[in-house]
Amino acid sequence: MRLFIAVFVLLVAVHCEELFNGDQVLRIHAESKDHIQVLKELEKDVDSGLDFWTHGFSTERPVDVRVPHASLYAVKDFLKENNISFAVMINNVQELLDRERAEMVSNTEMERNTKSFNFAAYHDLDTIYSFMDTLVASHSNLISKVKIGSTYENRPMYVLKFSTGGENKPAIWIDAGIHAREWVSHASAVWIADRIATDFKENRAPVPDVLSKMDIYLMIVANPDGYVFSHLTVRPFHRLWRKSRSVTSNPNCPGVDLNRNFDAEFSGPGASDDPCAEDYRGPSAHSEIEVTNIVDFILSHGNFKSFMTLHAYSQLLMYPYGYTGSNAPDQPELHDVATQANKALNSWHGTIYKVGSIFHTIEQASGASVDWAYQHGIKYCFAFELRDTGEYGFLLPADQIVSTARETWFALRYIMQYVSDHPY
Amino acid sequence: MAKPVENPCVRAYYGVTVSLRGGGATEQNRNCSRRELCVSTLLLQTLMNTFLHATELEMATGELVPTHFPARRAAKVAVHYLNTRHGSPFRVFGLQQVHKATAEDVDAGGRKYSLDFSATEWARSKSVFRCSAVVLFSTAQKTPPDVQLQCEDLQQINTTPQEEAFYHRYSTSDSPVSALDIPDSHGNMSQEMEPFWHLAGVSASFIMLRESSENTEFNMAQVASVTQQETSEKQLMLKYHLLLHDFVSQEILHWQLLSSWSPERGVRVLETQFLPKCPQATGPPSSTPDQ
Repeated sequence: MRLFIAVFVLLVAVHCEELFNGDQVLRIHAESKDHIQVLKELEKDVDSGLDFWTHGFSTERPVDVRVPHASLYAVKDFLKENNISFAVMINNVQELLDRERAEMVSNTEMERNTKSFNFAAYHDLDTIYSFMDTLVASHSNLISKVKIGSTYENRPMYVLKFSTGGENKPAIWIDAGIHAREWVSHASAVWIADRIATDFKENRAPVPDVLSKMDIYLMIVANPDGYVFSHLTVRPFHRLWRKSRSVTSNPNCPGVDLNRNFDAEFSGPGASDDPCAEDYRGPSAHSEIEVTNIVDFILSHGNFKSFMTLHAYSQLLMYPYGYTGSNAPDQPELHDVATQANKALNSWHGTIYKVGSIFHTIEQASGASVDWAYQHGIKYCFAFELRDTGEYGFLLPADQIVSTARETWFALRYIMQYVSDHPY
Repeated sequence: MAKPVENPCVRAYYGVTVSLRGGGATEQNRNCSRRELCVSTLLLQTLMNTFLHATELEMATGELVPTHFPARRAAKVAVHYLNTRHGSPFRVFGLQQVHKATAEDVDAGGRKYSLDFSATEWARSKSVFRCSAVVLFSTAQKTPPDVQLQCEDLQQINTTPQEEAFYHRYSTSDSPVSALDIPDSHGNMSQEMEPFWHLAGVSASFIMLRESSENTEFNMAQVASVTQQETSEKQLMLKYHLLLHDFVSQEILHWQLLSSWSPERGVRVLETQFLPKCPQATGPPSSTPDQ
């Protein structure tokens, strides 16, 4: 037995380049207890060589299994005989692996240029700002860093501009980190910035096409003061800070919820007038300098066609309105786009997001950025709540950053392509 | 409604900017100074009332959209209940998704939700379980929701060996466990701490169940501290300081609790204490606060 294993391992080592050629990954939908029983029998059958990627069978979610090429017909026949429906998720695993490896190699090269930046870790503000500079330096033909103002504590607020040139092209806005504790949003934005740059450099669709027609503005840290505060270890409980760090009418309770401070039904329900509250809206609309900076920039640009904001957590993909339950005029189209984007998001890791308006999906919220953007004529507005659904909540393990960023990117990419294909 | 000065409150992350305070006083002290009045549940109730008064939101009745918040909030309450009944250091449940939900007003003055949903076991198996539940929210103040729940195939997950080993290891150890910040800021924790984290989640479920209404949505955000207590009983006795997150108000709620667990008796929460943030008043206690 040991000799067999040794030889097998040797053969695997020698042939590992081509081990998965022609293998497929099937997505199986078990619809009854009988089906589940059948799958359990299949799983027990070691000789079949089936590699189950999903463990714990249920009728509630699909089961993914890699089927070796040699067993493909037998397994598919078997499933059909048992009336179990399935779809081919990956047509040729080897092909996918080759592509991934090529991507990893180019990513490694990329990392050397962005000074071996570790995307699978949370970084403090200085490190993120330094990453931005490196990214700009490595892609100076595409990316520039725009300062749109300063924060309450006088830190610069930067937006990365991805542009292939032209004067005031229609543009897409993406921001992250407006709430300090939602660290995976900043971390995902960092990865996404790098991904846009790489996709452009490697001519990977749809990025070059999108950038030929539109500019992309990406603000990785929309609330720098709050983010710095959430990194302080001097005193306890800083990590869960949400708001800005401005002084309020209550000297014991600084900070305003920036995403309740926009001039969109400001002072309506769904925000607090108590400075000590986490969703304190501030003394007046746009009282916060961070919000004014964003508002002024977008209004003076005047040609934004899409506004998207990244938050965490809950796994939701939403559109306006937050302040009311009535449908936005573009609701059917927005819902369609969000639904398709959600499919793209789900396709890689199987993560389940829910789609709907902010009001219906989370709760009533007034003074929200996407409502403001929508009311200013920017049609394609979306708000993301990234991973997870409460297991780790705000303290999402760093080893989930890249998967989260990647699935979010798949959704963003879909939306960006749609927006650039539907000028208005 | 002021409470005696002895009650502790949390000097949670208000922290006035350092430049305004001379002397670099540390804020590790979580007890209030003599001058400050700590109001125990006033903050919680004020927030709830502000929200309830302000929304003028009519709660949906009849068939509910499963992806919308009313169904989800009710389902999460059912999952809290599930954890109180079946949770352990190696078994914690989370809501996966709602399939079907209805809501109706009830004669006695309450709201009844009927739910069909799936729960994921987060700790070990990652298995998914189909459940049905009836959740009854009472409009009377301070009444916890009533839950009736059935889930399929729960007996499938067998965690007895791990539980026995874990119980034996820590009930016979000479050095009581003590730890802070689980998980840490980066979402990490040692493997050794995982069962304590799960136990915290189960213990938190007792509180989250009790405190839930149609206008809350709780998750446990972090274990601020866990300290094993000496006991002569055949239980693991753990003192926790937990941070709960209410998704609706976005507040972080500090609770201290004493929890016991053994493989035979499961999790029991013996004492709970809410730690309000302090202080809230904008002026001296005698004046009425601004609105």
